[in-house]
Amino acid sequence: MKSTLKRAGYKALQRQMNDVHLQFISKVAFFIITMFSFNLFFAGHYTPGGGFVGGLLMSSAVLLLLIAYDIKTLEKMLPIPLKFLISLGLLFALGVPLFLMIFGKPLFTHALTDISVPILGDIHIHSAVFFDLGVFLVVFGATILILVSVGGVKD
Amino acid sequence: MTLLHFFILLPLLAAVAIGIIYKFQKNIHLGWFVLPVPFVIVSYLFTLIPNIQSGSNIYKPLNFMPRIGMNFDVYIDGLGLLFAILISGIGTLVVLYSIGYLSQDEKLGNFYIYLLMFMAAMLGVVMIDNVLMMYMFWELTSISSFLLIAFWTTKEKSTYGAQKSMLITMFGGFMMLGGFILLGSITESYSIREMIQSSDLIASSGVGTLAVILILFGAFTKSAQFPFYIWLPDAMEAPTPVSAYLHSATMVKAGLYLVARFTPVFMWSTTWVNTILIVGLITLLWASFNAVIKDDMKAVLAFSTVSQLGLIMSLLGVGALAVTAGFNEEIFTVAVIAAVFHIINHATFKGSLFMVTGIIDHQTGTRSIKRLGALLTIMPISFTITLITAFSMAGLPPFNGFLSKELFLEAMFEISQSNVSFLSAISVLFPLLAIVGSIFTFVYSMKLLFGVFTGESFDTPKEPSEAPVLMLISPAILASLVVIIGLFPNILSNTIISPAASAILDRQNFVDVSISFWHGITPALLSTILIVLVGAVLYYFRDSWAFVYNYIKEAYTLNNLYDQLLKQSTYYSNKATQSLSTGFLRTYLLYIFGFFVLFNFMTMFRTGLNLDLSDLAPIGIQEVILVFVILISLGIIMMTKSRMVSIIMLGAVGFSMALFFVFFRAPDLALTQLAIETVTTTLFLVCFYHLPKVSKLPETRQFKLTNFVIAVLVGLVSILIGLSAYSHRIFDSISEYHIEHVYDLAAGKNMVNVILVDFRGYDTVFETVVFAIAGIGIYILMRMTSRRKDDGNEEHS
Repeated sequence: MKSTLKRAGYKALQRQMNDVHLQFISKVAFFIITMFSFNLFFAGHYTPGGGFVGGLLMSSAVLLLLIAYDIKTLEKMLPIPLKFLISLGLLFALGVPLFLMIFGKPLFTHALTDISVPILGDIHIHSAVFFDLGVFLVVFGATILILVSVGGVKD
Repeated sequence: MTLLHFFILLPLLAAVAIGIIYKFQKNIHLGWFVLPVPFVIVSYLFTLIPNIQSGSNIYKPLNFMPRIGMNFDVYIDGLGLLFAILISGIGTLVVLYSIGYLSQDEKLGNFYIYLLMFMAAMLGVVMIDNVLMMYMFWELTSISSFLLIAFWTTKEKSTYGAQKSMLITMFGGFMMLGGFILLGSITESYSIREMIQSSDLIASSGVGTLAVILILFGAFTKSAQFPFYIWLPDAMEAPTPVSAYLHSATMVKAGLYLVARFTPVFMWSTTWVNTILIVGLITLLWASFNAVIKDDMKAVLAFSTVSQLGLIMSLLGVGALAVTAGFNEEIFTVAVIAAVFHIINHATFKGSLFMVTGIIDHQTGTRSIKRLGALLTIMPISFTITLITAFSMAGLPPFNGFLSKELFLEAMFEISQSNVSFLSAISVLFPLLAIVGSIFTFVYSMKLLFGVFTGESFDTPKEPSEAPVLMLISPAILASLVVIIGLFPNILSNTIISPAASAILDRQNFVDVSISFWHGITPALLSTILIVLVGAVLYYFRDSWAFVYNYIKEAYTLNNLYDQLLKQSTYYSNKATQSLSTGFLRTYLLYIFGFFVLFNFMTMFRTGLNLDLSDLAPIGIQEVILVFVILISLGIIMMTKSRMVSIIMLGAVGFSMALFFVFFRAPDLALTQLAIETVTTTLFLVCFYHLPKVSKLPETRQFKLTNFVIAVLVGLVSILIGLSAYSHRIFDSISEYHIEHVYDLAAGKNMVNVILVDFRGYDTVFETVVFAIAGIGIYILMRMTSRRKDDGNEEHS
């Protein structure tokens, strides 16, 4: 079969192949995976999860779209400023520990406080969340950047 | 965190802001946004003078990494304050000057970000008491200096100079770190003040002299002393504001600061005194001798800076005798006062001279003295400024350079007459070297002044005209300081000089400082007259004795030595790399696994290996099944010829591993493993298209056998390590600590994540950074290759 396809211009054919089922399912699954990854990220301090896994899961959600469609379509669907995400993530990951030094504690002594918000009730604010957010952004940004740049090379 | 910590970091914060402003705001010159930063800092520092003057030094501790003794402790005494004021004060003037000097077309954002980075680093060096923290800022000055020298990245000379300065100063810095760690391990503290307390301990430790030598490496490379001075002339490729700021007024003085700061620590050491004194004098003489022949105005100034740094260095060497036990203190105190005074004076006149050089370059298009002349009538203001500052540099009254040079000569005469046993044999030489060096200083000062502004006029690349006011303000302020300090030196003496001098000498009560013009007919005054007379004669007949410079052969210079060293080391390291790297991943894996096996076996044979298998958990049926799944997948990978099948089977192995983690109750690991497995498998599939067809290499039987042996050995070693780690419980497991404190110290319940973000946050930070670098690196590599292909296609078509 492969040889027939090749004779018929396999490359050109491959680009036009539309897998409707995969595309439809991936569109739905994308949101579910994203939600799950946010859940993992926020739950990280108490139950399994955290910034690294969250970021990886988030990127696998995008990867699913990448497999279902192609890079150009993906870029139109989700115009993510990847390099900006990476730098923002680094800013959080490096900035939070340094910022915490304002309170006169050694590096990486996290601070936490409770604030009460209407409707949502009491919320823990833990500086580790912001640090983890940095990890999340860097992992997500760098993974997708690697895949897009490797996959997007023109021959 | 106090206001002082904040002011050290303020330039860094400002650098971030400048980066953003640069992006969105193109109409106003970026320098105007930078200018307030050093100005605010210098204003704040001036308010600290009364504190310091009343003898209460400021100490504000802040823990950074207390476990290894690296803390952000700010300590300000007279010496630190003097340098901090110089850094921020000259910084203000330089930023103002740069607004006129650099046009809007340059990459101003980069320039000011590097400059602010430097400012923060330099403030950190002079205001921090902890040597490890200080070392961090010290290297940051080298990095920012590197970036600023290479500001015009397209010029080959700029990048050469930048590389040279970085290699040499970082070499010294690294040596210095070794010295710091030695001192730290002797005194069990990284605080300079505590090191001063326990200087007896250092003296009796046996490795004290080694620490002296290592720290002097740092000071001499940074302050461009002989024989490390060669980087400074090449650093002059930087934009002139940078040369004025980094390479004459501040950064090169960091070495002097270091020597001054460590003088009380090493008061027992004669090596300290001798080396500093002799190296300083040789530098003074050699650099001033070389400055005379240079044609480029900036090269003259570069060598002159080197020689002046040598002068101050030698003064600090004499001054160190004041704290060395058993000598007449008062005599050598003069030298310390002279050193402090000359640091201030040099910053004023040399900064101003650099700025004027920049003006002339900017207005005429050339810096070559041979191509300049008769600018006196065209640029009268620049001429006046140069006249004042060059006379000050030459040591003529009534400018401030005269006063400090008098003190310098006086100190040199004192040491030749005093009975310092370990120097007496060559002590006659000191005033002689000082006088000869000063004569050459006089000659090049005159050459700079008269060579440019008088004589016949030449055609210059640009039609010369007087500089805009914006560029003249800063040098004019510095030149007026030269005059004011020259006429009323005592406004400085009790406010700045005396606290700084007593800080160097580590005295509680302030040294008495009064500087005056007239001391009567002293040897110093007579030798000044001699210097002027001989200097004038030499300047007048400069063409007839210039032939002596022909004897300096290019092949024997230090520059040549540096170039050869660089060339040879590049060549040999290339050769070594090429012989090891084949470009095949399997070769590298061979190295890695080979060494892994080798060293582990060596350790096992050395220490013995006993396995305790009594306490192992029973093996369940599900684990056996998983192992079989993994084995079958691995078997398929080895058999198959299709890459697609290998990739999928590799995925199967990974997912089975994840299941293992589930069985072993490690949900975090399982989750991460699953996610990573998904991503990497996809990555493989994406790369699939780009990979060559499976194994082009013919696989010989021998090749396969080697791989087989190594694979088996690696497996064996891993199993042994696992079992023996389980059998030997030498230390209590750290997990107990983590389990106990996961809630009360970090307010978390998931231990794995708390370890990641809190207990071992450093690891996570650096892993994150590595991840980001890897991502951006691959992105750049891919773009470069595709762009290269594009270029290639265009050429073909």
